Amino acid sequence: MEELLKSDYKVYVDVLEMRAKDGVITPLGFVWEDGRRYAVDGVTDIRKAASLKAGGAGLRYTVKIAGNSRFMFLEEERGVRRWFMEKKG
Amino acid sequence: MNIFSITIIQHEKYFVKRNLKFFYGTIYMFMNEAFGDTGAAYEESRKILHCDVNNFYASVEILHHPKLRGKPVAVGGSAEERHGIILAKNYIAKPFGIQVGMALWQARQKCPDLIILPPDYPKYQKFSALFRKILLEYTDLVEPFGLDESWCDVTAICGKPGAAKLLADEIRERVKNELGLTISVGVSYNKIFAKLGSDIKKPDATTVISPTNFKRVVWGLPASDLLGVGRQVEKSLKGVGILTIGDIANADISYMEKLFGKWGAHLYCYANGLDNSPVKPGDFTPVIKSVGNSTTCPRDLVNDNDAHIVLFNLAESVAERMREIGMMAKTVQISLRTSDLRWFDRQAILPKPSMIAAELAEEGMKLLRKNYDWRMPLRSIGIRGAKLIPYAPSEQLSFFADETKRNRAERLEYAVDDIRRRFGYEKLGRLILKTDDKIGQLDAKTSNVIHPLGFS
Repeated sequence: MEELLKSDYKVYVDVLEMRAKDGVITPLGFVWEDGRRYAVDGVTDIRKAASLKAGGAGLRYTVKIAGNSRFMFLEEERGVRRWFMEKKG
Repeated sequence: MNIFSITIIQHEKYFVKRNLKFFYGTIYMFMNEAFGDTGAAYEESRKILHCDVNNFYASVEILHHPKLRGKPVAVGGSAEERHGIILAKNYIAKPFGIQVGMALWQARQKCPDLIILPPDYPKYQKFSALFRKILLEYTDLVEPFGLDESWCDVTAICGKPGAAKLLADEIRERVKNELGLTISVGVSYNKIFAKLGSDIKKPDATTVISPTNFKRVVWGLPASDLLGVGRQVEKSLKGVGILTIGDIANADISYMEKLFGKWGAHLYCYANGLDNSPVKPGDFTPVIKSVGNSTTCPRDLVNDNDAHIVLFNLAESVAERMREIGMMAKTVQISLRTSDLRWFDRQAILPKPSMIAAELAEEGMKLLRKNYDWRMPLRSIGIRGAKLIPYAPSEQLSFFADETKRNRAERLEYAVDDIRRRFGYEKLGRLILKTDDKIGQLDAKTSNVIHPLGFS
């Protein structure tokens, strides 16, 4: 049962973020689950979205990482905001 | 028949139709007075959506646990503690015969592979709020009906023909993309048909019921599909050969009134698409705000001991009803009527939110001892649990209370419910109720149930 409730594709990540004076939050970089650090080169889109793959919903950032496009989700649960990303596969 | 007479017949038809409308209008004025509606006159040009999140609790769980997709899933009770009922299920569980309200053990018998998750109310409330937020972007007139359903009056932004359906499709797409949940939407010119429409095609679909197609779409449906037709009404309708919504619509209104009183006229109007109740904007608040029970005793109560017996009996039924709806009370209130028919009530905050009969009764007794000196005997007594919050098993640590003991008390109460459900209410009772034949014998649960207010 516990195994069934775990998501294989949801990875919570540590994120370095900038909070602008207008309140907008932008991720600058993150630490992947294996400890490697990545810089976010830019944000191309922000919208509310669900991730059916990872399991969850929140604010979805489309970001550029080393030339590739990836999603970063800002999720809020019980007043706690966390970032998660989708694992490939 | 010459052209002239045809014209007259058509004219007559028109006249009859107009008169009928006038007649319905009179009914509405009467009903508005009776039920406090402030709706405008009967109006076919309104555009009302009813948005219903499909299998809400189960869908939110599946969204958060993607591995459960494609498996039979239900949300209900507390699976570990082997009690409680099914609160929601997904479409895969449906063919197994899993139904909302079924005991967990029954559900497991029907579908051994069923995955039952405990409810996570804060999460559902969050998704419910996000769902309503999307609707509120289109109109202020959003009326929630439970956590997972809402009516929206979009007349102001849907002037063009077909615009309401397009909007319904847009909302469906947005909810799917932004929240990962599917909804079905009914589009119609009144709230009743809009709700009916959202039930016709599921999941993820839009159904339009218009003044021109409603006879074809609605009238063939079973009477029980109509909002306001519960099990009892359905049974009575069947008894007189009324099986479909069309049958209700074509019955005589005075006949319906004779059968069900004012409610009969309501149903007649609902079935004919003549409901004009407005969409009343507001936040979702649980329909049930408190659960209480009171009784006038077979003999007057003269001391604490008498009151204790009756309060215990009433508290049992109150606590059981709270457990049925999965709620706990934060406060308890007692109401007392003396033999000279003076009446007063007192309330207190419970040390911890509770749905345990003994805790409610003891708190009630404390209130009584503090506030009443028995200068007159008591004729009637009532107890009520209020400020309800969703049930959570007692795990939270407290410095003063013995949590394991409390947890055991909760489990015991559920076990009692279970035995009573299976073998009958009277099969298991508290000894204290046997200490007085007269005042202890009241079957508080079945003889004195106060039903929560339904749709009106």
